[in-house]
Amino acid sequence: MSFISYLINGISLGSVYAIIALGYTMVYGIAKMLNFAHGDVIMVGSFTVFFAVSMQGLPTAAGIILSVVLCTLLGITIEYIAYRPLRGAASSLAVLITAIGVSYFLQNVALLIFGANTKAFTSVVTIPAIKLAEGQIIISGETIVTIISCIVIMIGLTLFINKTKAGQAMLAVSEDKGAAQLMGINVNATISLTFAIGSALAAIAGMLLCSAYPSLTPYTGSMPGIKAFVAAVFGGIGSIPGALIGGIVLGIIEILSKAYISSQMADAIVFMVLIIVLLVKPTGILGKKIQEKV
Amino acid sequence: MKKFKINKSLKDNLLTYGMVILAYLIMQILIGTGNVSSLMQGLLVPLCVYVILAVSLNLTVGILGELSLGHAGFMCVGAFTGAFFSKCMQDVITFSLLRFILAIVIGAVAAGIIGFLIGMPVLRLRGDYLAIVTLAFGEIIKNIINVLYIGKDSKGFHFSLKDSLSLGLEEGGTVIINGAQGITGTPKDATFTMGIILIILTLIIVLNLIHSRDGRAIMSIRDNLIASESVGINITKYKLMAFSISAALAGVAGVLYAHNLSSLMATPKNFGYNMSIMILVFVVLGGIGNIRGSIISAVILTLLPELLRGLSNYRMLIYSIILIAMMLFNWSPKFIHLREKYSLKRLIRKNKEVQ
Repeated sequence: MSFISYLINGISLGSVYAIIALGYTMVYGIAKMLNFAHGDVIMVGSFTVFFAVSMQGLPTAAGIILSVVLCTLLGITIEYIAYRPLRGAASSLAVLITAIGVSYFLQNVALLIFGANTKAFTSVVTIPAIKLAEGQIIISGETIVTIISCIVIMIGLTLFINKTKAGQAMLAVSEDKGAAQLMGINVNATISLTFAIGSALAAIAGMLLCSAYPSLTPYTGSMPGIKAFVAAVFGGIGSIPGALIGGIVLGIIEILSKAYISSQMADAIVFMVLIIVLLVKPTGILGKKIQEKV
Repeated sequence: MKKFKINKSLKDNLLTYGMVILAYLIMQILIGTGNVSSLMQGLLVPLCVYVILAVSLNLTVGILGELSLGHAGFMCVGAFTGAFFSKCMQDVITFSLLRFILAIVIGAVAAGIIGFLIGMPVLRLRGDYLAIVTLAFGEIIKNIINVLYIGKDSKGFHFSLKDSLSLGLEEGGTVIINGAQGITGTPKDATFTMGIILIILTLIIVLNLIHSRDGRAIMSIRDNLIASESVGINITKYKLMAFSISAALAGVAGVLYAHNLSSLMATPKNFGYNMSIMILVFVVLGGIGNIRGSIISAVILTLLPELLRGLSNYRMLIYSIILIAMMLFNWSPKFIHLREKYSLKRLIRKNKEVQ
């Protein structure tokens, strides 16, 4: 019985990873860069909810909306200030180091404003837990909301990309920037839109993550961020169903290794998975193989 | 008599060595005359550690052109193997200099071997993937050290990944690596003089490598992988060479670091991601690929926050802004264009043309 509840916890954590991984995978697909600051956008989202609801006493719904709006704006601003000037730069190292700089910047701003103490995050979920099998399996409200929102986001995003003009533009830009521009697509606006969607999803993921694991520090986002990147690589970077599969598999691996092997070694095991995946199939489960041209 | 000719790279190298030796002499005179506070004296060995780390990371980032975010992990390997050796040999080898030199050799070899083993699979990856895998590797090392227990008694060494009790030591046996508590009671063998000698050794290794045939092969891989492969350069061999040497030197820095502290623990602060980023900031500010620049920026960025105590809260914030600003200024196509337009050389040339 305990195995099943671990499994459910794993799927719940994996759903959060999947939502975060979407942000990585979309940005990587379209801008060909690893947005290191994505994990810290999660942290900013959680702190916004904490500030609005716990410190200012606003209703939860207002806090959630505020957090999503703020993170969306933050994503667009980061892209505009830090990444856009480097588009077309000779070195890909430059973009990566800039992204690390942005990540560090966000962490330290949060550290200066809120301090290093761990904050207790009040859950945004009010649904009661469900008991199954005569109380042997308890599924918390947070788990239910997380899994449902993950499914809704996946379906919504797939529909958005396949059915709307903006979504098709995103696909076109990720395929070939130059050709997309010739077809009259505004490349800069499309990339901004990608960052906006990714960051809004990061805000939602942050709230779900902190509701399930209610401790909030300026470094809250960085580890889940890196693990979600592992998930994105695992599922095949650039692929939306890949992010879902990668996220959930990774979440289950993490929870099971915490439960059965060692709680301290869980992170190490997750990273081992990344190294093995990259060595065996560097494109991930659902990734496309791209032949490099000279 | 044949005239001894000094070429540009030799002049450049001599300037770097001279700078380090001069800084050492000035510091020794200041200490001798009693002008250095005890706080500053305590900073001298960490300073040497940071300089070695910055120079060795510059070998990976600047010369090989790959971003490694696991440099603190190699330092951690070096620190723990070095400290482990010193702790075991504390009673056997009483001559501290010899023990320290052996510890450094062992730390460097251990970190180099780990670098080689990690590099072999990982260097097949490029850019972003390599960065994230090295980052992951650094975290794995830290996690493993935090659950590692090693003890010694008359029967030999005992290992455990659970706790110190499950080692099953006899009476009189000692726990050497005690999980998250790390190693305590490492002999304090590191001195400023030793640090400077190690910096100069590091410089000799790195600078000679850069100006050798091998070094040029490594730089050609950085500049164009496909072109250098097509002229017959063994990519894997040279990548591994640069990466392992860089790791081994980070191990040396780790040994120096460990022998400056009485208790060594693998916390996120000293061997985590933050440390790797800090070294990266030194390299970026000093100029990617510029060895002398790494030394200068490591010294300035270590001393500055200590001198300006009031700014210590903003230290990391300033580092992050430096990273972003340097990258935008150096690599953004717009900025490069602007710089060329308003550069001093061009203005002077223009004035001449007018005359």
